[in-house]
Amino acid sequence: MVNFGGWDMPVEYPSSGGLIVEHKAVRGSVGVFDVSHMGDIRIRSGKKPGGALAAVQHITMNDASKLAIGQAQYSAMLYPQGTFVDDLIVHRLGEDDYLLVINAGTREKDIYWVRENTKAFDCVVEELSDAYTQLAIQGPRAAEVVQKLTDADLSGVKNYWFTHGTVCALKNTLIARTGYTGEDGFEIYVPSDEPTSEKVWNQVMEAGRGFGIVPCGLGARNTLRLESKMALYGHEISDKINVWEAGLDRYCKLEKGNFIGRGALERAKAAGVTRTLVGLEMIDRGIARDEYSCCNEAGEKIGVVTSGSPSPTLGKNIALVYVPPAYSALGTILYVEIRGQKYKAQVVATPFYKRQKKAAAPRLA
Amino acid sequence: MAYPKSYRYTKEHEWIEVKGDLATIGITDHAQHELGDVVFVELPKPGAKIEAGKSFGTVESVKAVSEIYAPASGEVIEINGELQNKPETINNDPHGAAWLIKVRLTNAKGISDLMDAPAYEAYIAEKGKETSA
Repeated sequence: MVNFGGWDMPVEYPSSGGLIVEHKAVRGSVGVFDVSHMGDIRIRSGKKPGGALAAVQHITMNDASKLAIGQAQYSAMLYPQGTFVDDLIVHRLGEDDYLLVINAGTREKDIYWVRENTKAFDCVVEELSDAYTQLAIQGPRAAEVVQKLTDADLSGVKNYWFTHGTVCALKNTLIARTGYTGEDGFEIYVPSDEPTSEKVWNQVMEAGRGFGIVPCGLGARNTLRLESKMALYGHEISDKINVWEAGLDRYCKLEKGNFIGRGALERAKAAGVTRTLVGLEMIDRGIARDEYSCCNEAGEKIGVVTSGSPSPTLGKNIALVYVPPAYSALGTILYVEIRGQKYKAQVVATPFYKRQKKAAAPRLA
Repeated sequence: MAYPKSYRYTKEHEWIEVKGDLATIGITDHAQHELGDVVFVELPKPGAKIEAGKSFGTVESVKAVSEIYAPASGEVIEINGELQNKPETINNDPHGAAWLIKVRLTNAKGISDLMDAPAYEAYIAEKGKETSA
């Protein structure tokens, strides 16, 4: 167990067979993660309609006005400098009702940030982090597993949409087609009391038994998201890194109107980036790890690894690293310094892994 | 997994088996459990000198890098080359097929101070209590 943002969490489950088994289960079939550490903030309009949307638009960079009820979007909260307070998922629960799902490690900071910066808006901010146990059921067979547990028709729920249904006899449960693995999958939000949480966990395991479901820990969560080049706060994104550097342009809508960080981002865009996030694949035998230095062929330090690990899917050692744009072309040879020695690597296309999108609707058991 | 009675053990979870002035060194079953799936091993070259208490190599799992510390001082006479292609042997047979290096001891002093199998088992049991407390 490790301490993760104040939560006692397993890196891997020995009963599953360990990290690699867990990782491969999610890529090949299905795995379940207890992600109750994620924080939840609900923002509703006050007396008049529109207050919640205005508040969400002000504190996040994506365009929440584009969300239909039942739809979610990846977004982020920014500092006035255009760097990250946190990344998050915005769900539009109702006409004037939004749910922001945030990271555990930044929870207190986020809550404070949301409260401080929504004061001018006619809205009600409520922290619900402790109210939910959140389970992520992820993998190509996840839809079949979750469908066994609910009366809601999941075939109609597209990626980054959600629905409410009875799950394990719990009425009105939020079932979102979201995740942090690069696979298809769902995240469900159930009451956090222990008997309910345990019951739901056991029923998910039971429903997934025929698919070889395994519990997955933080280790597999990290390798899965890294292969899919999904950002991790404190690594690829932080209060020192801006949106353009992180390559999250498509989730940042300058044209939507003013929001915190927009001015700085406009200036940064005009000035151009001095570093950009690239994917590396090791050529020499060596594993790049977080915070290792990255050098050019002349041996000059040009960047730092933000996340590095063996990739269980690819059987290669991969890393994400910020480098000056001059070194970002695919095929560029770079070196990672590992225990005082330089190991050769090359810039490769990202994400390192991309799932095959199925044309047909998922088969449902 | 049983801890061989003829081995001695360090607090950093290496084992050493001494026969005359030759010794074989590896990491313990407890160590491989803590690491998880081993994917990479870095060992010194034959001829290299190792020094008691100092790192002589690394074992890496998907999630972590772990230094390996020398239980005794000596000169490396052989390394387990099989581990480069099959690092998972360390998970499967840490006290046997996954030995790391063989050394010619330059100083056997201190080896008798290392833990024997019952002492090491008590040591890891105690550590287990600490982490679950």
